[in-house]
Amino acid sequence: MLAVDFTTYGWVTALKVGVVLGVIPIGSLIFVYVFLFKMMSHMQSRLGPMEAGPHGMLQPVVEAIKFLQKEDIFPARADRLVFGLAPFVVIVSTFLLYLVIPAGPSLIVEDLDTGIFFALAVSSLSVIGVLMAGWASANKFALIGGLRAAGQLIAYELPLILAVIGVVIQAGSLSLQDIVYAQAGGEIFGFGAIGNPFVLTQIVGFVIFLMAAQAELAQTPFDMPVAESELVAGYMTEYSGFRFLFFFIGEFGTAFAFAGIAATLFLGGWYVPGIEGGLADVVGPLALGGKVMFIGFLIFWIRFTYPRFREDQLQRIAWKVLIPISLLNIVVTGVLKVVF
Amino acid sequence: MSVTTDWQKSAYISSQAADARVNVELETEGMTLNIGPQHPATHGTLRIVVRLDGEQVVWADPVPGYMHRGHEKLCEVRKYPQVNTLVNRIDWLGSFANEVPFILAAEQLMGIEAPPRAQYIRTIFFEMSRIANIALFLGDMGVQLGAITPVFYAFRDREHVLNLIESATGGRFHPNYDRVGGLKEDLPKGWIDEAKDVMNRVRRFCDELEQLLVGNEIFQKRTRGIGVITPAVALDYGLSGANLRASGVDWDLRRDSESPLAWKHADWKVWTHPDGDSFARYWVRLQETREAAIIIDQLLDSLPAGPIMAKVPVKIKVPEGEAYVETENPLGAMGFYLVSKGDLSPFRVKIRTPSFNNISICPWLLKGVFVPDIITILASLYFILGDIDR
Repeated sequence: MLAVDFTTYGWVTALKVGVVLGVIPIGSLIFVYVFLFKMMSHMQSRLGPMEAGPHGMLQPVVEAIKFLQKEDIFPARADRLVFGLAPFVVIVSTFLLYLVIPAGPSLIVEDLDTGIFFALAVSSLSVIGVLMAGWASANKFALIGGLRAAGQLIAYELPLILAVIGVVIQAGSLSLQDIVYAQAGGEIFGFGAIGNPFVLTQIVGFVIFLMAAQAELAQTPFDMPVAESELVAGYMTEYSGFRFLFFFIGEFGTAFAFAGIAATLFLGGWYVPGIEGGLADVVGPLALGGKVMFIGFLIFWIRFTYPRFREDQLQRIAWKVLIPISLLNIVVTGVLKVVF
Repeated sequence: MSVTTDWQKSAYISSQAADARVNVELETEGMTLNIGPQHPATHGTLRIVVRLDGEQVVWADPVPGYMHRGHEKLCEVRKYPQVNTLVNRIDWLGSFANEVPFILAAEQLMGIEAPPRAQYIRTIFFEMSRIANIALFLGDMGVQLGAITPVFYAFRDREHVLNLIESATGGRFHPNYDRVGGLKEDLPKGWIDEAKDVMNRVRRFCDELEQLLVGNEIFQKRTRGIGVITPAVALDYGLSGANLRASGVDWDLRRDSESPLAWKHADWKVWTHPDGDSFARYWVRLQETREAAIIIDQLLDSLPAGPIMAKVPVKIKVPEGEAYVETENPLGAMGFYLVSKGDLSPFRVKIRTPSFNNISICPWLLKGVFVPDIITILASLYFILGDIDR
């Protein structure tokens, strides 16, 4: 028999692995091209890469190949094992993030009941990789960068989680797929044609989530860990070749994933009003993609515009501003949930 | 029977020893960080050795000299027109301004004065090199604080000023336009109208930066109260230029010295700021760029006709004597002490550069600040490496 049953466990798993392995490089390449190369260039009154491919579209591929060709340098005094492993730890955390983001009714790698909890938990794994890189590089700039990154990620993990709790209370579920359905089935004062994207009711949570995500991703104004004018490149200073590429893909892949999570939590995810069933599996990824690009635009717009905070100012914002506001947001959401 | 065996004792001792070793290796009391000579923040090869306690600076020591090119010695073996080319390279962002004090010193010794038109054009180019120099600072300060966009605007608008300089002098970076007794050549046709357009552009650029950076809350948080220099300390360390005026000392050689250049014919203002912090230094420089555009506009309007060259011998021989001329360069007061023995080349040239004095305050200023503030303070002091080491 030549007919292959593609619904068997093995095939489905292989397909899912392929999707996850494909989405991260493609997602980060799209982000790198659209935002880092083109949007930044046009905002700064220049053209950016124009030679490779139409309008420079193949430039990210060229860059990736360039990094693969470079020598894989280990500093003489580095802890070789830890130094070598660090980029993989970072990128694994990025891979795990993609498991729970739904792109359609059946387009989800693993619909965990604790989806959002899982996503936020694995996103913190990258701290370990960053600390490993900072410590093992045997470089003072890298060490300061790694420690700054750890302090920053721990501080901003809290507002990130607290901002999500409002959404979870409103949706009544931790599963990202259920959160999408909750928004799709919601009504705005009896008007249910476009569902009820949680950005309307959770605007405070949305803003806090974006700020905290900005800090999680170490983008300006929270880019102290890699502050290039102070720490050269922070924990990435000593890396070159494909290990640096891994950090780079990890950064932009995580940005892509966080944009996807924000789009799912607050902007209605893949749901398009009026489209159901099989068609939603086709339209859904496109809708989600559009929303991801919108969130990405916000993230990178801020990145290219603002100066960076100082480390103590950043901690003060997290502990004295964002966390109290998000706690208040939870209380208000809980009260309103009971009232309505 | 003893409770502790020998084995336990030795294990305890070795664990204590390991702890002690770790404490020594970790060096918990502090760490020495070498910022530079190769570091993105020093835009050149300045090395600053800082001793850190956590992220706080215990002491800091700038180590200049990685770019020493021996200008003073080279001046002794070059003829006067050749020296002019040489001093262009001291502060390479505002090259023309370097030529002026040297030429003025030579003119003073020879007892000749350039005609008024030459003095006006000298002043115009002097202020243009100020814009070309400080525009880059205005953008670069953003980069040092993490905002990458302003510097591209700075490069974009600075380009027009450089084009103006190039179209009149033939050199974008190193014009070599000044001559003993006048200028190399007159302004090209249509240059004045073009210059006025560019000055409007410069003013727009200043407005743009005011909105993009100066009004930004993060920028203010990062610069206000950081690196405060009191007027007395600023004078003690011999600061000059915008660094001094940002500390509230109202001293500008363009206004306060008897210069043959044309500043006295223009109506302009010396800006000071009472705070003396990094923000004040940025703000004063921003206003100075505007003021430079105003000066240029006025001088272009009242540009006198006439020759651009006084009568000078073909072979320039400066009579015996000594002269010291100081001008208010983009970075601060720059002086040339010229000793002549009546030869074709100077006997001795001592160059007083503003950046060298400006960074000499670092050990005092950097004490107790955080690592990110080192960068803010260095950026706001604004030095050019060629100007420190020459």
